[in-house]
Amino acid sequence: MVNYIIRRILQSIPQLFLISLVLFLLMQAFGDPIASLGVRTPPKPADRERLRRQLGLDQPVYVQYVVWLAGNDWMKIDMDGDGVPETPGKRLGVLRGDFGNSLINKRPVSELVTERLPNTLLLMGVVEIVIIVFSLAFGVYSAVRQYSLFDNLFTGFSFIGYAMPIPLLALLLMYLFSINFKEWGLPYLPTVGMFDPQVGRTPGQIALHMILPVVSLSIISIAGYSRYVRSSMLEVLGLDYIRTARAKGLQKHIVVIRHALRNATLPFVTLIGLDIPFLLAGAVLTETIFAWPGTGRLFVTSISQSDFPVLMGILMMTGLAVVFFQLVTDIAYSFLDPRIRIA
Amino acid sequence: MGQNTAKLNAETSLDSVSLWGITRKRLLRRKSAVMGMIILGMLILVALTAHWLAPYDPTKSMLDVPDYPGKIEKRLPPCVHAFGCPESEPQHLMGLDGNIRDEFSRLLYGARISLVIGFATVSFSILIGTVLGALAGYFGGWVDNTIMRVMDVVLAFPSLLLAIAIVTVLGPGLINALLAIGIVSIPAYARVVRGSVLSVREMDYVSATRSLGGNTYEILFRRILPNALTPLIVQGTLGIASAILETAALSFLGLGAQHPTPEWGSMLGQERNQVFTAPHLVFYPGLAIMLTVLAFNLLGDGLRDALDPRLAHVS
Repeated sequence: MVNYIIRRILQSIPQLFLISLVLFLLMQAFGDPIASLGVRTPPKPADRERLRRQLGLDQPVYVQYVVWLAGNDWMKIDMDGDGVPETPGKRLGVLRGDFGNSLINKRPVSELVTERLPNTLLLMGVVEIVIIVFSLAFGVYSAVRQYSLFDNLFTGFSFIGYAMPIPLLALLLMYLFSINFKEWGLPYLPTVGMFDPQVGRTPGQIALHMILPVVSLSIISIAGYSRYVRSSMLEVLGLDYIRTARAKGLQKHIVVIRHALRNATLPFVTLIGLDIPFLLAGAVLTETIFAWPGTGRLFVTSISQSDFPVLMGILMMTGLAVVFFQLVTDIAYSFLDPRIRIA
Repeated sequence: MGQNTAKLNAETSLDSVSLWGITRKRLLRRKSAVMGMIILGMLILVALTAHWLAPYDPTKSMLDVPDYPGKIEKRLPPCVHAFGCPESEPQHLMGLDGNIRDEFSRLLYGARISLVIGFATVSFSILIGTVLGALAGYFGGWVDNTIMRVMDVVLAFPSLLLAIAIVTVLGPGLINALLAIGIVSIPAYARVVRGSVLSVREMDYVSATRSLGGNTYEILFRRILPNALTPLIVQGTLGIASAILETAALSFLGLGAQHPTPEWGSMLGQERNQVFTAPHLVFYPGLAIMLTVLAFNLLGDGLRDALDPRLAHVS
């Protein structure tokens, strides 16, 4: 067991290294951050050169990569930009949690991201709970009442929901619950932001502003997952032990919840665990549309500003999260299924 | 060797004909798959005849239409004669957009772009994914390890985030968006092909071909890869749906199709702040994307069930 865990952790190290390398090369190809500086009053060529030296952009690519990965506190850098390195570096490198500074406002990337991360995690956490609860409820009910009116209607709904582009869904909800409700004199929901600046950042305000983003992020996933729960429930409900439990005289809802659901949800939970980091992609669009101050929106704004350390930091952290969740899922599975440990 | 291989080929082709026959029969028995095919057929028809169906040039504003009789107004709501719009006004089934262009014409031309996007990206990633997956599965060892580790790296990111990063590197534009989405979907196909290759590589009929003197090319393309065809078709059909969604998302963010291309995602993105005043400009392109994605999903789902031998007894 311990051997398996150690082997699995060792396997993910080269994967992380490759991820970082690919990302770094990608961002290297991204273009010159200095070139896009100062559109109205372009900096003088001499200033450009100085800035390039100060930011370490004059170094060869592999040096930049090593600096990015391991920091530069063991070497001297050219702070005054005269071409001679003299000041000891201060960067610690990604391996020690330093993702560098934003090229736009000079603030540490880790700080920028951690500032936004709680907002995204809050949104994602609520979305995950909503997804799990509703997918299980709809999926189980559809399976128990197979081919009923609800099941058929829900099948249709899930196909449509699964085909929805997030922008359409988000704008549709906005149109209905904010614009039309306001016109009809009903209580309406806020469209953008995280709280009303006049009221302040209260839990009630945040909850109110979260409704539309949460609904538009979760509907598509609920449509997909509930089909999954339905089919795995149907599979389990057809097994012998369920019939035995029913034959013993146990009530149907007890059999469904205690015997069937438990087995049917195991693969579902794994699926959700692996998908959590991927919700971030949906968050990019949703956060942009609803102006939610999270990492997804930071990602989109950093693109337009060519702020590659920030982009890199967000992508790297996402990659880390994915590898981490893969690791946790694999290890959890090996606890449950001894065959995996040997293979 | 020639005679023997010819015989073997004849047998395979006989088998594959009957497989397609069965699949077609099973597919036609599924209502949802038939619906998907009908919607898709209509979309293809619209795409092919857009230049006849569209009343106006999709990229020209009404200002450029000689002797335009109507009012020149940005984001004019739909004017349909059948629904009581005065006959004196020129008909615009879906209104005018922010650049005074006929939204309906743009929507029709958009079908062309979306279908091309779907087929082009998926063909690109299937082609590369198949080659990589086949090499990995057939040769194994370090070839397999190298290819699949790189695929893992691509899979370690949400595809949309990675596609955004690639497009920002390449520069915004429809072709680059297609390339980015093509690249991020390669691993899915590579995995499918590798899996099928691994499952039949050591089978007797493959060794038989080898002992008959078949070369690597023949073994791989004639004997092994046809096994990957079924899962590839299913994955590809569903892949078209997600490619269309992802391209629309990129265009929505301004990274895909550029002005004045009538691409649905960018039409949606350009007018998204006008949802309050001109909802028709947001909802029509959005619904068009949804309908297209729905058609491919329904068809892909139907194909998966129809091609799955385990479900043979069901139909």
